[in-house]
Amino acid sequence: MSQPYDYIEMKIPAKPEYVGVIRLTASGIAGRMGFSYDEIEDLKIAVSEACTNAAQHAYKSQEKGEVSIGYSLYKDRLEIIVADRGTSFDLQELRKKIGPYDQEKESIEYMREGGLGLYLIETLMDEVEFHHNEGVTVLMTKYLEGEKVESGAKTISP
Amino acid sequence: MNIKIEVMEHDNLLEVTLAGEIDAYTAPKLRETLFPLSEQEQVNMVVDLTDVGYMDSTGLGVFVGVFKSIRSKDGDLKLIGLSRRLIRLFEITGLAEIMDINSQNEGEKE
Repeated sequence: MSQPYDYIEMKIPAKPEYVGVIRLTASGIAGRMGFSYDEIEDLKIAVSEACTNAAQHAYKSQEKGEVSIGYSLYKDRLEIIVADRGTSFDLQELRKKIGPYDQEKESIEYMREGGLGLYLIETLMDEVEFHHNEGVTVLMTKYLEGEKVESGAKTISP
Repeated sequence: MNIKIEVMEHDNLLEVTLAGEIDAYTAPKLRETLFPLSEQEQVNMVVDLTDVGYMDSTGLGVFVGVFKSIRSKDGDLKLIGLSRRLIRLFEITGLAEIMDINSQNEGEKE
């Protein structure tokens, strides 16, 4: 693994009003690295979802927490870490609820109104890891176009 | 990073025009505005998203909730003016199959 050539860290209060600030930062960094418009929009959503989860989680447990966001800039990829230090939520439970809507299985009355955030993170980023100890840490990676050749896992969006 | 919500009512049609970004901060405001409207009988609501530059799962959650509420009262919800990005968001989440999206305009726009 190569070392990042630059590292940027930010901390925000765990409040929804600061999610947009992180989104703008992610957009600026990704733009500087040469990501395409669509990739930048994907990154903005993924980082917002991770911060939203952290902020809502802190809000529910009435904590005045902070969310840390770290951007590791590599030649071929951007790694973003979003960590909240609050009490951990039940990731297993949360994972059960993620995924796209399925018209066949879900009638309109039972359509859920949340739970899409993690699904979007997993869909829009190339690699995602969740770590769950003191709080929740999301580590997500997006590769610059054409850099991730060997794994062949990259899907081209229509 | 805010949202502007305009609601016009005429001839049994509720026209909602949104401008700005829909995220964790603005979604609650959107919910507070749209929910009371959606709970009336047989609401016919059209939401214009032409000037929405950003939306994530928080916005999808509001629209799913409003959609459910309107449908339960035999009403109708249409979303129009979605950018290519917003269409993609509805497509990857499976919502494009369930909700009425951009049906009355030319479809995709840049």
